[in-house]
Amino acid sequence: MNAIIISTLLGVIMMFSSWITSSAKVQRNLGLFGMLILIVANFAQLKGWWVIDFETKGMLAFNQIGLFANMTLFILTFLYLWINGEEIEKIGNHTADYYAIFFFILCGVSVLTSFDNLLMLFIGIEILSIPLYILTGADKKNLLSNEASLKYFLMGSFSTGILLLGITFIYGATGSFHLSMPIINPRTHMVAEHFLMSAGLILLFASMNFKVSAAPFHFWTPDVYDGAPTVFTSFMATIVKAAGFIAFIKVFETQRVALGFTWYIILSFVIVSTLLIGNITAVFQRSVKRMLAYSSIAQAGFMLFALYGNSIFNTEAILLYIVAYSLATIGLFAVLVKMKEYSFESFNGLAKQHPALAFLTTIFLFSLAGIPLTAGFFAKYYMLNALLSGGAGLWLLIVAILFAAVSIFYYFKLVQAMYFTSGTPAINNFDKKYELKLWVVAILIIVLGVFPNLLFNYLYF
Amino acid sequence: MFLLLFLLIPIIAAIALLFVKKEQTINFISIGSGALILISALYIIIIKTGSFDASWLPVLNSRFLLQADGVSKILILLTAISFPAIFIATINNQTSHKNIFLSLLLFTQTGLMGVFLAGDALLFYFFWELALIPVYFLCSIWGGEKRIAVTFKFFIYTFLGSLFMLIGIIFLYSNTLDHSFLIESLKHANVTPRQSATAFALFFIAFAIKMPIFPLHTWQPDAYEQSPTAVTMVLSAVMVKMGLYGIIRWLMLLFPEAFLAHSNMVIILSVIGILYASFIAIRQDDLKRLIAYSSIAHIGLMSAALFAHNQAGVQGVLVQIFSHGINVLGLWIIADIIEQQTGIRSMKALGGLAKQQPTLAILLVGFSIANIALPLTNAFVGEFLMFTGLFQFNPWIASAAGVSVILVAIYTLNMVQKVAYGEVSAATSLMQAPNKKAQGVLIVLLVIVFLTGVYPQPLFDLTADTLKQLFVK
Repeated sequence: MNAIIISTLLGVIMMFSSWITSSAKVQRNLGLFGMLILIVANFAQLKGWWVIDFETKGMLAFNQIGLFANMTLFILTFLYLWINGEEIEKIGNHTADYYAIFFFILCGVSVLTSFDNLLMLFIGIEILSIPLYILTGADKKNLLSNEASLKYFLMGSFSTGILLLGITFIYGATGSFHLSMPIINPRTHMVAEHFLMSAGLILLFASMNFKVSAAPFHFWTPDVYDGAPTVFTSFMATIVKAAGFIAFIKVFETQRVALGFTWYIILSFVIVSTLLIGNITAVFQRSVKRMLAYSSIAQAGFMLFALYGNSIFNTEAILLYIVAYSLATIGLFAVLVKMKEYSFESFNGLAKQHPALAFLTTIFLFSLAGIPLTAGFFAKYYMLNALLSGGAGLWLLIVAILFAAVSIFYYFKLVQAMYFTSGTPAINNFDKKYELKLWVVAILIIVLGVFPNLLFNYLYF
Repeated sequence: MFLLLFLLIPIIAAIALLFVKKEQTINFISIGSGALILISALYIIIIKTGSFDASWLPVLNSRFLLQADGVSKILILLTAISFPAIFIATINNQTSHKNIFLSLLLFTQTGLMGVFLAGDALLFYFFWELALIPVYFLCSIWGGEKRIAVTFKFFIYTFLGSLFMLIGIIFLYSNTLDHSFLIESLKHANVTPRQSATAFALFFIAFAIKMPIFPLHTWQPDAYEQSPTAVTMVLSAVMVKMGLYGIIRWLMLLFPEAFLAHSNMVIILSVIGILYASFIAIRQDDLKRLIAYSSIAHIGLMSAALFAHNQAGVQGVLVQIFSHGINVLGLWIIADIIEQQTGIRSMKALGGLAKQQPTLAILLVGFSIANIALPLTNAFVGEFLMFTGLFQFNPWIASAAGVSVILVAIYTLNMVQKVAYGEVSAATSLMQAPNKKAQGVLIVLLVIVFLTGVYPQPLFDLTADTLKQLFVK
């Protein structure tokens, strides 16, 4: 509860802070300070030191995993704001508003990690989505940004409609919005299948797929990610997507039983098509930003594996994957922000001109590709492990690694451009301070790549 | 604890090299670290081995376990000899950013040492990949004209292979009783014969690509040709041995039944590969490509002998792993000297080396007869045993593989004839005496060739424990 209340309050404070000061720097620091407060407050609840608590009539339920997910996402947001703070100021002229929006989104995130009722799921997703439409269109004078925003809004509303329809069906079937365990027939040990329930869950599934941009509900992703200002794309592709996944898993962890075998069929279909479309299309991209959009679809395919089996490793796997993927993606977008152009050719010869920048980009790319010594490797490892112990067939693992090999192709295309092709890349002001921030991300990636258990030490205490 | 040195020395040297610009210091650090590793290798072989064990990932129950038995030691010795030899032999080559070049080579050495020492499957996989990454950069930055495409093919090939192995590891691990990656636990994993065969296939693909076994060899000749020669030396002298090592260390121990069940198929593929590569080698005009194909043929014979799965064959491979490394290293160094001085690799344009540079020609002949495996050379010992093993397995297959003995003589002698004898060609007339250091390395290698050819007993003694582990129940 701490996170929900305090993030809302911080959002309001940031909204009015521009009355007091117009200095972007003060607002930025205020935002960062707010993030720290949020992290501390959430940590206090995790440890049980200080908890705001009142009766929610079973709407919200706070558990260790949800709070831990909050913790990781807040820290990632802090890192994101710390790195991109100055870039955010360059877009539009209402810096404080963006920070307010970020805090509202984080409120949505905290609802999504703790809902225990389908209505709260709906509210959480709306709190998360509406500020995002604004962020996407933040670059008001840019036509692409406007187009992306409108597209995102229309598609997003439509998918929310589907979500509501699904929730209605489930309510019709069970008479409750509460997420309880499916009823199991004691005689057959099978779930009592109910048409309305199944239909509702499948609609819910489709709508959640839209939110995490899994194929065949991914069509909005490339355009929106490409059109939105690059700094905000970074936020959307990482923290927001991660929150979507946590909600997704929270719903279907228990409810998938109600779908019986159908669940495995539709999920396999979605996973395979997401991996296929994401990876294959990414190979043919000419702009790095679009490539990253498709790569985020492909990575979503990998994250969906956490929904497959009934394994105790699922939670660990998805959390590590979220952290590894988000760190690398935040890093890559932070590099991209500094580039004047986004095509692969504009990276030619970067290693000669800015060896450090090229090296950092390589670490981020290696992590996304899952090369050992980076966090991405263990993320993939845990995911495959969870998949196997969750009872998946070997064929699914082989599909997964075949596409992991395809992903090497487009990630290394960038490495090739930077190291093996000559050219003169055009870069905006890239100073030592910014480099230091990127080093922090890279070092986190490598530390998690050697000792991934550092992350989980938290989870069990 | 001592085994940790094999990882620490090259890593420290590699990092130190990044900050050094002066040519002399660069050479001192690289060769010095190579010498230190060689001394350490001799120490563990002659005096005391020991092992190193520390907790690495407690959540997964994976351990940082380093241990060395016969096959590890012989490969460590080979690696420890190869790297300083390469550093010294290529000391005068003009390389841009030489410190980074050598630093990446030393990182490769770390990976290789890790592969040969790891006693934990996850650690093994870790080093397996780690050995690959620096090579990717080495070949793509300093390689020949078509380097980027060729290296990329090589990288994707081997990376895909190792991902298959990763699935195999996870699969076995999830079926172990105590959830551990140690060889002993994986060996007693609770799997049906059918599952075991699947896991065998997953591991095998990784090793088959690395060796490579026909028809997965297509990356190799191009990669050898396009890589800078120092890297080609590492690739063919040491790196392909990773595949053979993997078979001996992991496949043979973990899947004894599946290993026997698939031996026919693998041996037939290997023999096809031997003959195929030998015939192509006969038609080659490019010196580097000839050595590359010759290497495929030799490795094919080793994999066939391994899968024959009898004491003679495996003993032959254990010796040949070392001998082939030394021989091919010698050939590459000579090819590199010729290429550096004349800029030509086509054998048609070479000739008359014996008149122009008699010492180099003698060395070339020495390594060539070792390549043919004439008696008194080290390769004879290994090949004799390997053919014995294959014969025990199936005389027909042994005779088919035996054709390669004639073929290898044809292309190798043909090469010697074209390069060393005949009229002195325009290109050869430019040749000067190779520098004393490279010559010294070649002489030392040639001494090893004949020494282990006449008295191979130390190599047998060294590998006795591996053999015992495999064949004495």
